[in-house]
Amino acid sequence: MNLGSVESLAYLYPEGVLVVTILGIFLADLFVQDKERLGNIALIGATLALVFTSGLSFFGLRLIDGLQASGQGWLFHRMIALDSFSVFFKVILSLSLVGTVWMSLGSREIDGPNQGEYYGILLASGLGMFFMASATNLLVAYLSLEFVSLTSYVLTGYLTRNRRSGEAALKYLIYGGVASGTMIYGMSWIFGLTGSLDYAEINAALLQNAPDQLTLFIALVLMLAGFGYKIAAVPFHMWAPDVYHGAPIPVTAFLSVGSKAAGFALLMRFFYPGLSQSVGDGLWQFAPGVEWPQLMLILAMVSMTLGNLAALNQQNVKRLLAYSSIAHAGYMLMGFVVLSDEGLRAMLFYIVVYYLMNLGAFIVVMVVANNTGREDLAGFRGLAWRGGAVPAVAMAIFLFSLTGLPPLAGFIGKFYLFAAVVKGQFYWLAVVGILNSVISLYYYAKIVKTMFLDEPTEADGAVTLDPHNGSLLAVLSVATVILGVYWAPVFDFADRSTRFFMGS
Amino acid sequence: MESYVLTLMIFLPLAGTAVVFCLPSQARELIRWTALAFTVPAFLLGIWLYQHFDTTTTDLQFVVNVAWIESFHIRYFIGVDGVSISMVLLTAFLCPICILASWNIERAEKGYFALFLLLDTAMTGVFCAMDFFLFFIFWELMLLPMYFLIGIWGGPRREYAAIKFFLYTMLGSALMLVCMLVFYFQAGAIDGIGYTFDLTKLPEVARHFQTEPLLFGFSMPQIMWLALFVNFAVKIPAFPFHTWLPDAHVEAPTAVSVILAGVLLKMGTYGILRVNYPLLPEETFLFAPYCLAALGALNIVYGALCALAQCFIEPKDMKKLVAYSSISHMGYVMLGMASFTPEGINGAVLQMFNHGTITAMLFLIVGVIYDRAHHRRIDGFGGLASVMPVYTGVMGLAFFAAMGLPGLSAFISEVLCLLGAWHTHKIPTILGALTVVLTASYLLWTIQQMFLGKPREEHLNLPEINGRELCMLVPLGIVVVVMGVYPHAVLDLLDVSLQGLNQVVLQAGDSAALASR
Repeated sequence: MNLGSVESLAYLYPEGVLVVTILGIFLADLFVQDKERLGNIALIGATLALVFTSGLSFFGLRLIDGLQASGQGWLFHRMIALDSFSVFFKVILSLSLVGTVWMSLGSREIDGPNQGEYYGILLASGLGMFFMASATNLLVAYLSLEFVSLTSYVLTGYLTRNRRSGEAALKYLIYGGVASGTMIYGMSWIFGLTGSLDYAEINAALLQNAPDQLTLFIALVLMLAGFGYKIAAVPFHMWAPDVYHGAPIPVTAFLSVGSKAAGFALLMRFFYPGLSQSVGDGLWQFAPGVEWPQLMLILAMVSMTLGNLAALNQQNVKRLLAYSSIAHAGYMLMGFVVLSDEGLRAMLFYIVVYYLMNLGAFIVVMVVANNTGREDLAGFRGLAWRGGAVPAVAMAIFLFSLTGLPPLAGFIGKFYLFAAVVKGQFYWLAVVGILNSVISLYYYAKIVKTMFLDEPTEADGAVTLDPHNGSLLAVLSVATVILGVYWAPVFDFADRSTRFFMGS
Repeated sequence: MESYVLTLMIFLPLAGTAVVFCLPSQARELIRWTALAFTVPAFLLGIWLYQHFDTTTTDLQFVVNVAWIESFHIRYFIGVDGVSISMVLLTAFLCPICILASWNIERAEKGYFALFLLLDTAMTGVFCAMDFFLFFIFWELMLLPMYFLIGIWGGPRREYAAIKFFLYTMLGSALMLVCMLVFYFQAGAIDGIGYTFDLTKLPEVARHFQTEPLLFGFSMPQIMWLALFVNFAVKIPAFPFHTWLPDAHVEAPTAVSVILAGVLLKMGTYGILRVNYPLLPEETFLFAPYCLAALGALNIVYGALCALAQCFIEPKDMKKLVAYSSISHMGYVMLGMASFTPEGINGAVLQMFNHGTITAMLFLIVGVIYDRAHHRRIDGFGGLASVMPVYTGVMGLAFFAAMGLPGLSAFISEVLCLLGAWHTHKIPTILGALTVVLTASYLLWTIQQMFLGKPREEHLNLPEINGRELCMLVPLGIVVVVMGVYPHAVLDLLDVSLQGLNQVVLQAGDSAALASR
């Protein structure tokens, strides 16, 4: 099913809500004195987007009838796809938006007269990610990725009086510029080889007349620069530590959760339905001559190893979590290289889990920073013994979940990834992944150690948890534990969402 | 009752964790009594279990088997047979004693007892789980409470000890995770079995593995056996994976040491019997002489020598001595297991039970003196026998039991291990038997230095062992004596199941020998 521009608008409720909210915020910014209210508007908008996307998902797209029984199709003349895969990511992305806006409302850093711009741009970034998740045309893929990048630069540099924030924004901009330039160059090669920007047509062209292998390989490597930069995988990860370190904490959380998820959506859709074909039995086969799984296998191994090793000695918790997020990009790529539906749904499941635990960890960092103004490891010293027992316990849950210890959600996520890898008989990858989990335990446990085992000094000051941040923290930590014990509904959701629409 | 008893035993302490968390942290007495109240019922259920256990069958008993996660064929499958019953009883027996031993914990009692009860759940769960996935969950669940118990309530170097324990165990269990998945997918590829984590069905799978060499001349099942062995060897701890143990013991609070030596170490050998033996019998037969018999003999000798060294080199720590003696005594278990004779394998599991009770006594005894003198240097005491006669009496029982004195429990089990192993592994057996001399020398040396001679002035006023401490030690002492006189009380529980397991391995070994001929 292929819809034109005007008809497509009827299926764009979530995006429409976001656009209206963004415009509303910018407009209200002109005359509203209490800037905090703009954040509340943003929260309402993000929640509405979540409601609409969940409606799309859980009611089987019945909320908006008109599409075929299959409930999927192309919109805007095959520019974007509306299918269960994109809806899954829209749910995750709107959840990230809600979480980030909620965090921003409780953050000390995001205060002051410019809040209106901040919330508007944050939602705009989320809007771009929605399109990244559903792009089926290289043009839209590029435009949405660039849109997300530009808004992210601004968000990173939001703390105008903080030199680190400015530095981070500039670094992000330069890296981003190079990466997207490289990517669009690669796209031009693809266009030259196949004569199309449309994923389905690229796929057909690759399968019919196998183009020159080396040319195609170079084109893909060039494009990977853009994708790898968004998901922060080695060797396109260099921006991550500085940007995570310098950006305001809610923005860091948003980049690590939302931006990464959107990057993975783009990557998966281009490489799976774009470059491969389903050969039944849940297995995929890539177009002849395109040896990308081998390449990604190495990238996955290197990402997790480098991320974990670099994290070992970090003293700033945000920076440490940046390296951990590089490592997690590596773990998630494990599901990517095995070319099976198991791998895909393991990735989707992991993205949900990663959202819970990483966002939670950043909230605790923010609570500590709100109270003491510190983000370094020493600022966490004896957190459990100076009033912060609840955030400390929550942080321990998130960190052990990131390590992958049962009975926490992170373990189940890793379990499915490893299961997919073992099933695909990539034993070496499994062993490397396992060793990395053990290495990662060291630095995650180091934070836990600092919080529980070290004695606080007089100068450290008390940490109190306000109900606003506490409520979100409670939701996320309880969800992390519950998903570790009973995860079937989320897994089924991920399973249902591995279907791509590639034309009927 | 039949089917709920194990579930209750596993999850009662978990309910206790929740209740303790809800209590106000000032109510210290209440927290302690609540913790005790949630462990004692499990012990009473254990007695009921003992009475109703059918000793004539190899089948699993008190089984619960319901689906947990349908889409991945994960089941909540628990049950006990002769291999696990003694360990379930041991855990249920030791946990209330450990709560008593924790009575004078003085920092964040709420967290301590909550974590301890969580640990209790995890340990009981490991011994009852018959689904590989469930087994793994409980296995890993032990790590978190253990890390915090050592790390927060431990001695001066507690942080180092806690993270070392954590990293070692995590590395092992990570290997187990991969093996578990390989089994799962291999099972799925075979008609008639299908995807499953069921430990009673997985033995079928082993026959279908590819046997050609994969890596360094080892085939797939052989690599898996070794990976699983490393995981369990870390817990035993078998040389050379033992270095976490002395650190952990020295730093851990008394009750945690008791649990560590009394129950956690047994999980290593139990895991080998539960996973390696039935799932990979052929490889077990192949590797047992090296990995179990030779390493076991090495453990016996090395552990005893290290313990002896504690009498002479600084800091002359009595707890470290007991910790190394545990390494030595676990060697007998490995040696007995490797023998594949009826006596040997029975002796091994009996030794697991007996060592659990004796070593618990030893650590409690160290704890008693440490609470009074605030140090535990062997050369820092003298003539305690005249200051604390009752304490000395209890100590004597425990030390002589550890020495393997006839009439006390460890004698029977060690002799059974050695007798069984003599048929198959002569040199390790001789080494193991000779080490008894070393064991006697370090224990007697300690007794002589600490309890005999003239008492020191600063220790003249040490209070005698009190009622609470006797409540912990006397039941253990009774078990030690009873098991020395009437070992059949436990031996009968084990015999049938263990002989069945032994036959499985022997048959696999025979058929492999035939095939290679």
